[in-house]
Amino acid sequence: MNLFVLLTLLQDGLTTGAIYLLLAVGLLIVFSVTRVIFVPQGDLLALAALTVAQLEAGSVPGTLWLLDALAVLAVLADLLAGSRWRALRWLPVPALVTLATLFGPRAAAWYAMPLGLAIITPFGPLLWRLVFRRAAGATMLTLLILAMALHFVLEGAGMVLFGPDGAATAPLTEAAFAVGPLTLSGQSLAVVGLCAALVALLRWFFGATIEGKALRAAASDRLGARLVGIDAARSGGLAFALAAFVAALSGVLIAALTPIGYDTGFAIGLKGFVAAIVGGLVSYPAAAAGAVLVGVLESLGSFWASAYRDVIVYALLVPVLLLLSWRGRRAGEET
Amino acid sequence: MIRPAVLALAAALILPPLLPPFYVTLAAYVGLAAIVATGLVLLTGISGQTSFGQASFVGIAAYAAALLDGRPFTGLLAGLAAAGVVAWLLGFITARLSGHFLALCSVAWGLSFYSLFGTLPWLHGFNGIGGIAALPFAPGPRAGLAVVWAVVALGLWGAQNLLDSRSGRALRALNGARLMAESMGVDTVRLARGVFVLAALYAAAAGFLFAHVQRFISPTPFGLTASIEYLFMIILGGADRLAGALLGAVLVVVLRDALTDWVPRLTGAPGSYEAMAFSLLVIVMLHHAPRGVLSLLPQGRAAAPRPAAPPPPPPVQPIAAAGGEPVLLLDRISRRFGGLAANQDVSLAVHAGEIVALIGPNGAGKSTLFNIASGVLPPSAGSVRLFGRVLGALPARRRAALGLARTFQHVRLLQGETVRDNIALGAHLAGRAGMLRALLRLDRAEEARLRAAAEAAAARVGLADRLDTPAGDLPLGQQRIVEIARALCLTPRLLLLDEPAAGLRHLEKERLADLLRQLRASGMAVLLVEHDMGFVMRLADRVVVMDFGQTIAAGPPAQVRADPAVRDAYLGGVA
Repeated sequence: MNLFVLLTLLQDGLTTGAIYLLLAVGLLIVFSVTRVIFVPQGDLLALAALTVAQLEAGSVPGTLWLLDALAVLAVLADLLAGSRWRALRWLPVPALVTLATLFGPRAAAWYAMPLGLAIITPFGPLLWRLVFRRAAGATMLTLLILAMALHFVLEGAGMVLFGPDGAATAPLTEAAFAVGPLTLSGQSLAVVGLCAALVALLRWFFGATIEGKALRAAASDRLGARLVGIDAARSGGLAFALAAFVAALSGVLIAALTPIGYDTGFAIGLKGFVAAIVGGLVSYPAAAAGAVLVGVLESLGSFWASAYRDVIVYALLVPVLLLLSWRGRRAGEET
Repeated sequence: MIRPAVLALAAALILPPLLPPFYVTLAAYVGLAAIVATGLVLLTGISGQTSFGQASFVGIAAYAAALLDGRPFTGLLAGLAAAGVVAWLLGFITARLSGHFLALCSVAWGLSFYSLFGTLPWLHGFNGIGGIAALPFAPGPRAGLAVVWAVVALGLWGAQNLLDSRSGRALRALNGARLMAESMGVDTVRLARGVFVLAALYAAAAGFLFAHVQRFISPTPFGLTASIEYLFMIILGGADRLAGALLGAVLVVVLRDALTDWVPRLTGAPGSYEAMAFSLLVIVMLHHAPRGVLSLLPQGRAAAPRPAAPPPPPPVQPIAAAGGEPVLLLDRISRRFGGLAANQDVSLAVHAGEIVALIGPNGAGKSTLFNIASGVLPPSAGSVRLFGRVLGALPARRRAALGLARTFQHVRLLQGETVRDNIALGAHLAGRAGMLRALLRLDRAEEARLRAAAEAAAARVGLADRLDTPAGDLPLGQQRIVEIARALCLTPRLLLLDEPAAGLRHLEKERLADLLRQLRASGMAVLLVEHDMGFVMRLADRVVVMDFGQTIAAGPPAQVRADPAVRDAYLGGVA
């Protein structure tokens, strides 16, 4: 391998690493607020990529009808749980998105991407309402199993709605810059820039806005947050909305670099999870370092031993977990 | 209530001759899944270690059986050995992890083994290995079915024995109460690793049978999806009970099969909707029974025979002569948390046959000192001498073996277990039987001895008539008394009690004081943290008062009560 190949691989690694970071952040938000490991995040990523690809091709994606169906189910669930007019709050956003899809411009790349994000993001709170909220008091293991089951449901939905073929989305930019012998792709730069900007935005959101502070309070002490009037159900919905948005954006960005199929999301989401673990599931800067490490390792791994590249990434966990277990002998244990 | 092992044995006898041919295979699959799920109940449901990798162990043993085809007994031993060794090695990592770290770690090895099964050339990749011989002593599918269900029964019988033993009690404590278990002398890391290996061996036994019953193997049934299905089984059935493994295996395998049969007929599109429909069903079932379908059934807890009258409390054995060298000596202990000095130069001695009370306002540093004495926290400076030995970083478990027992300020009992089982956990160090002896039921004499010790301790604290009550059903004050009984089971020379009288009614306090006086007379040393002044002043030989991390007074109760510094600390300077 020469320096040129190495640099190209590093560029790839950094780009995917930035996306893993986004996913890690989404997982951290959901986990700290609701104790749910959001396994289906990867599936939302795939659904977003496939949705945008169809919008770019000028057809109406099946996820739109899935969204409407989920919204109706959420209204019914709320009505069954005894609420009245408030149950209707699930309808406006999906209705608006449906209208925007049906009557908006067709096959326009600039329109397809934001529209795709708007279709997938409401999945977060809807899935929270329909799947997780009812089990909010259950053990973490039950929540994890629910998340796994939801993963299979969404993966199946992807297969039914979009078929087995992968799809690619249009890149944000076709530009490329020559730096010495190396070609920097504009898309890579855009991805890294966007991810950095989004992480900074989230930092601001959690540090400076009242909604963000409420989420942090709900994350650090559920009961205390409820006592000062923070609505636990609302925090959960918001956390899931953020995670779904982040997943959708990651999906659109990554599908411009490599085709995404209905079943590719899970593995990508898992690597975001690896990044989050490498960051100790606690700190955002450490998760960033972990994400870049995972991305670079994967990129180098696929060059040297492509059959084993996933094994290499997961093997990274072993020293990290060993280190964690040495440091705090009972990671995650009660004090 | 019929034991699940008996049910499985009945299935082994009844099913093979009666079932129509199509259902013979299905019933064999249910049995194979039940074997893996039984191990997983022990690992995940009972001891709280989530594994997304059990199918890997099934695969390891199945491949061993396929490669050693023709020599089935060698194949069985090789499969068990290979799975056991891999689990033992992985156990170095997993036994120290808990919660989601372990879950993710298991996903990682689950995926890695699957990828190895698919890529290693000598395993024939995704073409698989066919033409494996049937079991030598069970040539037909019906005989195979009988063998499978006999193994299910054997596995359930062993697991049932294990749960009803010294190791079983400690396993339950692994689930969220490791600190308490360590204080009772349980080596939790070793135990966690042991149950991990055991669950892998259950999976390996199923893998061996799978290869010889199905007679063809490929990587697919050993992937992550299969591992997740095993977890679905125990969660749907009821993860904390063995019957849950059996019920879950039936539910999942039969449901899956029915859906594969029916969904395409309804939708007209084969192969798209089954996985979805199945997972949707899982979600709906979990919404209605988050603790498993088993928890919905009416359950008759087997009423244990009760002694007509509680036996009289046994006489207290003298354990040491009063006075002499201090049993516990804390010498100039300091402990800092960042900038906060919780303890500064605190010294304290407790002698045999003496009750020392540690009092002080909230935040004075009492609990920190208590945790340093019991080995939960290391001191920043100073030394701890216990029974004349200087203790460095000796862990809580080893201190328990030396003769130190403690209770907790926030009660740490296994809420769903009976008072008897909770107390018997204190007798852990009085027994030696390991998991293997428990599985084979060779520990009965010892187990009877431990139970007798637990019942004696219960009688001594006045809980003889509550032995079969789940600990969580007792009022909080009584739960503290259960903790004291558990500590007494360790036959300690030094007893550390953290607010033992909190939540007790007047008469109960009197009874507790009497008990502590008896223990003192036997030569036991007692150190207690307590807020009830009347209780402390009537009982203690010496009182040590702390404020802002320092000792401000020490001496006999009357002297301390008169001390102006103590009055300042409690009532504010002006009074």
